[in-house]
Formats: sequence, C-alpha cells, structure tokens
Amino acid sequence: MKHVKTINNANLKESAVKGGCGECQASCQSACKTSCTVANQKCENK
Amino acid sequence: MIHKYFLNGYYIVLDVNSGAIHVVDELIYNMLDLVEPPVLPKCPQSVLNAFKGRYNLDEIYEAYDEIYGLYDIGQLYSEDDYEQFAGMMVNSPIKAMCLHIAHDCNLRCEYCFASTGDFGEGRRLMTYETGKKAIDFLIEHSQGRRNLEMDFFGGEPLMNFGVVKQLVEYARSLEEKHHKKFRFTITTNGMLLTDDKIDFINKEMSNVVLSIDGRKEVTDRVRSRVDGSGCYDVIMPKFQKLVEKRGPKDYYVRGTFTKYNLDFTKDVLHLYDAGFDQISVEPVVSDPALPYSITENDLPVIFDEYETLAQTILACRKAGRYFNFFHFMLDLDQGPCAIKRLRGCGCGNEYVAITPDGDIYPCHQFVGQEEWKMGNLEDGSFDKERKADFATANVYTKPECKECWAKFYCSGGCNANNQNYEGDIRHAHKLSCDLEKKRLECAIMIKAAEAQG
Repeated sequence: MKHVKTINNANLKESAVKGGCGECQASCQSACKTSCTVANQKCENK
Repeated sequence: MIHKYFLNGYYIVLDVNSGAIHVVDELIYNMLDLVEPPVLPKCPQSVLNAFKGRYNLDEIYEAYDEIYGLYDIGQLYSEDDYEQFAGMMVNSPIKAMCLHIAHDCNLRCEYCFASTGDFGEGRRLMTYETGKKAIDFLIEHSQGRRNLEMDFFGGEPLMNFGVVKQLVEYARSLEEKHHKKFRFTITTNGMLLTDDKIDFINKEMSNVVLSIDGRKEVTDRVRSRVDGSGCYDVIMPKFQKLVEKRGPKDYYVRGTFTKYNLDFTKDVLHLYDAGFDQISVEPVVSDPALPYSITENDLPVIFDEYETLAQTILACRKAGRYFNFFHFMLDLDQGPCAIKRLRGCGCGNEYVAITPDGDIYPCHQFVGQEEWKMGNLEDGSFDKERKADFATANVYTKPECKECWAKFYCSGGCNANNQNYEGDIRHAHKLSCDLEKKRLECAIMIKAAEAQG
C-alpha cells in the first residue's frame, strides 16, 4: 500500500478466542500502584 | 470504532477492535473524516468531490481503495465482538496479593496516599503469624492458578524486613507441595537498604520498585524525613548499588510528579543519567484542593510535557541511549489477550490487599476505608458477594469506557481512583483518563516512529 503502513499484526480478536488463562501478572503489581496500564503487560503464554 | 490523531509528524489511525495501528498519509487521514462503516467498495462521489482539485483522481481512487481494503480484512471499523466475553466475567481465583507488611514509614512524603504510612489506622507492623495466614489464604483461594504474586508493601516494608524474609521462606516451602510459583516484589523508599538487604532482594524478588522522584530538589521537596530534611542523598547511592548488583532482573525507579515538577522530563533524564534504565514517573492522584495536586488546568502543560518526553526518548534511542519509560511501554503484537484487557487490574477479584491486622481489602488503594473491607484473616470472614461485584467491573460495565477508544489499553482504569474521585468504581476518573489517553497516543507514536525507521 502506498498511503498506509500498518505497524502491527492486529491480532486482538484472535487473542480473545485463545486467551483468558489468568496466569499473567496483575497489572498493579508491576510499578504503578496508582494508575493502570494493562497493555504493557506480558502474556504468560507467548 | 477508530481513533485518529496527528502527533510529531505522524498521522496515526487506531482500529480499536482489531488493535490495528496504521500510519497513514494526510490524504487518507482527512478522507477518513468522510468515510463511515459500512465502507462501500466504490469511492463515493462525496469523497471525490471533497478531494478533487487538491489531489489527482488516480490518487484519490487509490487511497480510497486502501481504506476499503483495510475495512475488508477487518482492520478498519472492525466489529466489536468482545461484549459476549464481558458477560462471562465471573469470580476468578485470587492470584495476587499486596501485603502491607508495615503500616509505618520513616518518610513523611507530602503526597502520600497512605497518610504517611499508617493508612489512618495507627502505626503497626505485620506479625509473622498474620503474614503466614495471608500466604495460606492466597494458596487456598488460588485454585487453578500456578503463578502467584506477592508485593511487600507499606508504609515502608524495610521497617519489617525480618518478617519479609521469614515469609519468603515460608512461601517457598509451600511451592512444590501446592504446585505454585511465588513471584515476590517489594516497593521501598530505600532509606534502610543495606548490603544484606540488597542481596536478599536481588535474590528473591522478581521485581523491585524503588521510590525516588528524580532531581534532588524535586525529590527532597516532597519526600522528606521525619525531621523535615530530604532523603535524596541517602537513597540515591543505595538504589544505584542495588541496580548495579541486580543483573537482568526487573526493577523500576518509580517517581511521582506533582504540580511542583510539571517539567518531569528533566526528572526522567536525571534518573537515566544516574544509571537507571527502567523508569516510571507517574502523576500524583490526589484531592484537587491540595497545593501539589494536578488539576484539569494543568493538562495542557502536562500533555506538552509528555510529547517532549516521547520526543526525547526517540532522540536518545537514536543516539544509542536506551531507557524504558513504564507508561510508554506497549507491545502491539505480544501483549495481553483481549480477555485480560476487558477487566484490567482485577482488584477485589484476582487481587487483594492485606493489612497488618489481617483485614482484607480489594486493593492497597482501598485500605483504611472501612466500608470497603472484605473480610479478615483472623475471623475467617470474606465477602464473596463483593468479590463477585468486582469481578463484573469491566470495560463494558463502565459506561464511559464502553465508548472510549483507549479501553483495551487501560482496561477501565483504577477502580479505587474511580471510587475515590467519581464516587463509583464503574465511573471513570476523568483526569486519570485524560492523562492515560495522552500517554497512549505518545506511546503509539513512538512505535510508529520506530517502525518508520
């Protein structure tokens, strides 16, 4: 494509089907303790 | 739903439901103002009329075809398929615990949300017996989960470090029998760090959070000792030593910025120059009436500062100076699954806090608010109804979140902030949301810039 560059795999929907194991870190345990950012957490199954 | 914005020379389009991030040119960026789903295969006359004269026809058709192509493969205006999963959110095993090992502190930080360490409940330390009961409670309520997290928190946990060491040993002794893996973390102000403590922390803690706000004058202004003097000169060399000896294990130097240092990029750089490469500096969340509080009036300055920080990070990385800023961390491909993103922190459901008295709260931010107490380890009480209520707090049961482009990144924000400042765990704290959205835009821009080379 000339006008668009997509910079990721856009796999969020796929992750919903396979996800939900619950083994990943609770987001508040990492550094913040006051303000959530969840998208920076690692998936435990990858 | 899409979200588009222009930042630092990049036209960025986010397709919310697929998670696709597109860097586009100005033509597509503007064309999207005129395109709505369902996107038709043939370029509508209205789109042609809007751009002819400024662009040649071939270019307009070509750009429109690319928009349609993305729509067709589900990467633009993709459908929201997630609400069905939100409806299935029920009680989960408890897997994470914030252990308030010390409701006491040797600092008197002006902005402390824990009322200078005791959470308004009186100064006390957790006993080994209570800590053991907390670990037993976690194991009992974590059926089906292998990875368990325990954060030694305070107050200042080093004021009760003997019990920390005993509890680590106790938890480790149960791992094999119960098929669990404990991941310990500790959050410390550093005042009582010694070589022995550093060695123990580096051996046993999978993450350590080191509290320091940045420049000496910034840190000392708000993080003062009981006698009013600053703590910077004591803690900085101790933190440097800990990190130097830590090797590849996780850590963060973690600061808070307030109205006093809205130029916090300088604090981030100060921490980097002092030898730290894992840095988190976060906005204070406090009663807007307090002098150091961030208010809506400060947002334009803070937004500019986040942009400055993002540009600074890009420039540093280009020059081979790499550091990680926690709130700009984003893994666009291998991050958490959509299910995790629906419910976020899991407080009150997957995550609880335990006080020195054995009281159970939904999280550390609720501690001291009696009406939010969920039970007690001594009398065995535990409010499962409240747990079930927290389990259903997700981005589809929070009205502002449901309509927000950022919902799969912040996952509904901090329930405690929502409660404390908006009066309901399901009503998003607007100031926090505004800041989070700006940080996300900057974080995605960094990815876009790096992808463009």
